[in-house]
Amino acid sequence: MLPEAVVAELRRIVGRESVIDSANDLRIFERDGSIEGAVPDAVVLASTTEQVARVMKVAAKHKIPVVPRGAGTGLSGGAVTIRGGIALQVTRMRRILEIDPVAQTALVEPGVVNQELSLVAAQHGLFYAPDPSSQKACTIGGNAAENSGGPHCLYYGVTTNHVLGMEVVLADGSVHWVGGDVPDRVGLDLCGVLVGSEGTLCAITKIKVRLLSIPPSVATLLAAFPNIETASQAVSAVIGHGIVPAALEMMDSVTVGAVEAHYHAGYPTDAGAVLLVEVDGIAESTRELMAAIGKILAENHGYGLREAQTPAERDLLWQGRKGAIGALGRIKPNYYLHDGVVPRSRLPQVLSAVGEIGEHYKLPVANVFHAGDGNLHPNILFDMRDHEVLHQVESAGEEMLRAVVELGGALSGEHGIGLEKSAFMPWIYSEDDLDAMHRVKDVFDPAGMLNPGKIFPDPSRKAVHLAGRTGLAVEAKWW
Amino acid sequence: MAPQAPEGQAPEGQGRRDFARLSDDDLATCVHCGLCLDACPTFRVTGLETESPRGRIYLMTQWKRGTLPFDEEQVKHIDLCLGCRTCEGVCPSGVPYGRIIEAGRADVEDRRRPSPKRAASRIALRQLVGHPGRLRAAGMATRAAQRLGLTSVFRSGRMLPKLRRPFRRPGDDVAPAPGRARYRVAFLTGCVMPILYPESHVAAVRLLQLAGCDVWFPAGERCCGALFAHNGDLAGAERLREANMRVYDAGTFDALVVDSAGCGAHLKDFYPGLKGRVKDLTEWLAEVGLPKAESELNLRVTYQDACHLAHAQRIKKQPRDLIRSIGGVELKEMRHPDICCGAAGLYSTLEPRMSNRILQEKLDDVIATGADVVTVANPGCQMQLEAGLRARGSSMRVEHIAETLLRAY
Repeated sequence: MLPEAVVAELRRIVGRESVIDSANDLRIFERDGSIEGAVPDAVVLASTTEQVARVMKVAAKHKIPVVPRGAGTGLSGGAVTIRGGIALQVTRMRRILEIDPVAQTALVEPGVVNQELSLVAAQHGLFYAPDPSSQKACTIGGNAAENSGGPHCLYYGVTTNHVLGMEVVLADGSVHWVGGDVPDRVGLDLCGVLVGSEGTLCAITKIKVRLLSIPPSVATLLAAFPNIETASQAVSAVIGHGIVPAALEMMDSVTVGAVEAHYHAGYPTDAGAVLLVEVDGIAESTRELMAAIGKILAENHGYGLREAQTPAERDLLWQGRKGAIGALGRIKPNYYLHDGVVPRSRLPQVLSAVGEIGEHYKLPVANVFHAGDGNLHPNILFDMRDHEVLHQVESAGEEMLRAVVELGGALSGEHGIGLEKSAFMPWIYSEDDLDAMHRVKDVFDPAGMLNPGKIFPDPSRKAVHLAGRTGLAVEAKWW
Repeated sequence: MAPQAPEGQAPEGQGRRDFARLSDDDLATCVHCGLCLDACPTFRVTGLETESPRGRIYLMTQWKRGTLPFDEEQVKHIDLCLGCRTCEGVCPSGVPYGRIIEAGRADVEDRRRPSPKRAASRIALRQLVGHPGRLRAAGMATRAAQRLGLTSVFRSGRMLPKLRRPFRRPGDDVAPAPGRARYRVAFLTGCVMPILYPESHVAAVRLLQLAGCDVWFPAGERCCGALFAHNGDLAGAERLREANMRVYDAGTFDALVVDSAGCGAHLKDFYPGLKGRVKDLTEWLAEVGLPKAESELNLRVTYQDACHLAHAQRIKKQPRDLIRSIGGVELKEMRHPDICCGAAGLYSTLEPRMSNRILQEKLDDVIATGADVVTVANPGCQMQLEAGLRARGSSMRVEHIAETLLRAY
């Protein structure tokens, strides 16, 4: 709990009702889209940059940690206040300040919902390319903080490729603009440093993003495969032919079953794996590309090829893909999701390793992922109410990530390191690497008050409560 | 669900302490992904996790599992839920939110101290809405009061439309199809609708006749119980269901047609005995078809989805197809037509501040369409939008979809 005087100070800045400090209400803010939770000491809702800056100054004065928070859909614990402090919520800063259809840019507040931006931009024939699966709810501010990806990032690039500049507030409450209005910058790329810094270097208060023209023609193809290995080989074959589709997504049979139950999108539930392939551009080229891709898939054991005939059919296929992780709730009430990346050519090996680990621990695993990027999403499915299974989940997850790293991969493709993977950072970075990162952190936040306990391994962190105190309070050594 | 006990109270030691109506298995279907957040009208205006579906489920889960003490202050988060169920439509895990919030509300009602406003609404529901005769009398009294200008003193009075003669069913309980009837349908007259919006019923019945249906008005039919269930009085809703089922079981009909989305959703969820025969008016008309309309209109229409039609019944296409089928009508979609207008049954009376915040956003979107008419499919939405547009001095007309369609005949 914060001292009463501090709460009063915060209330003077943002208004009475915009500070939440009731212990029971704060419990509702203890989690994001991931599993682990920790209760903040206060939730503060800011409406303007000035309020963010003043809150930051108060926090700095009293040495209170600050964790910026958008919609809380993140999957690595980025918005979890693991050291307590203030959850600085920006969900009320949701204005689209400007859309420039000629320059093809937008200036938005951090609480603008990803999909809302594309909806509004569509009036000018434009869209915002990074499309995380949570785009119905997640915010552009959160996307910038986590450098989020999405199915279409295979071709279009991830968030950092679309952020031109940002207004940010540092831990001392100072307000700065980094980046500019044009894509090419000279000098050291400060904006690039801050995108993907997971709230550890700054709070983001405005974002200038690039918008793209909505492609005149889109083609979406669904293909079934006997198993996940043949599907992986097909992915390598497509890209090996020099074709980079706009999106190239894979789902295994477990996932397809759950998705089909909710969306009825026509996914083949008898397949061992399915691929969803999309190309866009001018009509002649999409037709040509799709024909080539179809041929390659068929040569690689693909069958039941089905191209979406209408925009509605395409939307339904994508809804199924984007809602896939949530749909797993139909199998088990909880999932534990990893986000490792491997070089594309190693996909078959890493997937069979993931399958073996699941079998070893007798845990169902559902795979749904950005195959084109080699970005895995193995979901370990379990029921949090079953105390015994929690350690198994934990160990299985760790082994899967080890397999990823051993095959030359990285810890996270798009969800960020956050809380959940910070202890694994030494697997891929030397002490010198981590030290260099620490020095960058010190430049922006010397007192270590911004989102502490994230990204960097924390030797003091021994025991945590898995499941955010859902009554289990399991003393697990979590990573 | 708790064993049957009088007056909706779970027996001591069950509902009271253990949140017995809330199902842990229902609650556990939520994976905390957060995809529901921006679909929730109260989250959209507050930006608060506590006013989101995910937050409410989390709260009820902690209560159910005993990991968070029951705190009367936190009941406001449950109260502030509109029950619009927009979240259900976007939830990939299939969380049965409607069922959860109804059970949660009933459990909460057992534990909270009664507030005068909620107690009054409960008494009004039980003593008035459940009884057609008393309700008609209240309607007549309100009409008289409106003539004298008395109702404008209260906010809820200002919300009311100008009352006309209430809807009257035909003498022999059947409005016959012209010529040979293709179907025989039962029609839900309902509780407040015949008093507030008799013209909707008149138009709905006329359309059904045009579509070749004999329309039967089951004698002795009472309020469907939706308003009871939505406000945590499941026992009251069950009593009405029993009474109504006796009436329905005594008749024969192809479908029970409902022109109020809230009632239709409740009948579909809460009356398993009707076995798929409950149909929203638009659903039924789309299924059986209307004759080709004679006249060409010149009308720009925007359609506001009723939450209990679009989300609870997943019916969005049929009303739009019907509107588009009329010659000379332009359907101009507003931004977020499927987001609640803030009416939500008794919500606008019980939670006027939040209701109004949501309404104001909705009015911006409605007015921006420049439509002549806002078409709705539920009396609550109609009343809310009429009052809001009136307060803004807009001349845009709000009407039930049956009235819009009937313009062409």
